[in-house]
Amino acid sequence: MMLDDAQIDRLFHALADATRRDIVRRTVEGELSVTALAEGYPISFAAVQKHVAVLERVGLVTKSRHGRELRVRSELQSVERARHALDELAEAWQGRVQRMSDLLDTPTDTTTGE
Amino acid sequence: MTMQLDIDKDLDALTLIVVATFDHPVEEVWDLYADPRKLERWWGPPTYPATVVEHDLTAGGTVHYYMTSPEGEQHHGRWDVLDVDAPTSFSILDKFADADGNPADGMPEATMRLSIAGTSGGAQMTAVTTYASREALEQVLAMGMEEGLRTSMAQMDGVLAGA
Repeated sequence: MMLDDAQIDRLFHALADATRRDIVRRTVEGELSVTALAEGYPISFAAVQKHVAVLERVGLVTKSRHGRELRVRSELQSVERARHALDELAEAWQGRVQRMSDLLDTPTDTTTGE
Repeated sequence: MTMQLDIDKDLDALTLIVVATFDHPVEEVWDLYADPRKLERWWGPPTYPATVVEHDLTAGGTVHYYMTSPEGEQHHGRWDVLDVDAPTSFSILDKFADADGNPADGMPEATMRLSIAGTSGGAQMTAVTTYASREALEQVLAMGMEEGLRTSMAQMDGVLAGA
């Protein structure tokens, strides 16, 4: 399965805070610097950094350094796309296994494959 | 006919695990891969039928095939065979290819490990497909795999309805 209980607990804990949910929302469209993020909240820069660290630990955001700036980006879209791609692959295999099964049930004809 | 199918998706490991149980012996299930004429009857969806050009299912060997779109376009793929233990397991690198069967540059590849185990009533097949990166998975989606698969699902509904 995708996530175990401990992972889900950590994920829910990370998203249980309104500021953290807002950080994820704001960084879905594109990356934002921690400074730009901090300007939106009535809390200290250090507190915002801590929230980002919690989100980063559960894989909801990633950080990258651009010169002096630390930028934050939500990984939701990439996770969604990966899920979608695996769904497609699963569908392909559903079809394949059905055809394998049909083929196994087809009485062997006279054509001898080499 | 009894057939059971379980599919697990592991988003972190970018892995798809397919477990299917057939009421046919191991050798018959193995033949679906080992016999190119059988392989081409199930690998591609009915609207994108596969044609196997080259088939050497031995370690270091290559399987080259193409799938033909409803518009007549050919999409080539190849397997680089890593190891084979007939009739119970093999591993391959699944790649996109050009018309000559050479690996296409910069295209994603996946590893597939296949194993077939005997059961009291037949055989259980496990296929584990793993992509190296999210980018590779996304690229496969972008290659238009999606469209082909949708039509394959539609065909499958027809098969099931007629059963």
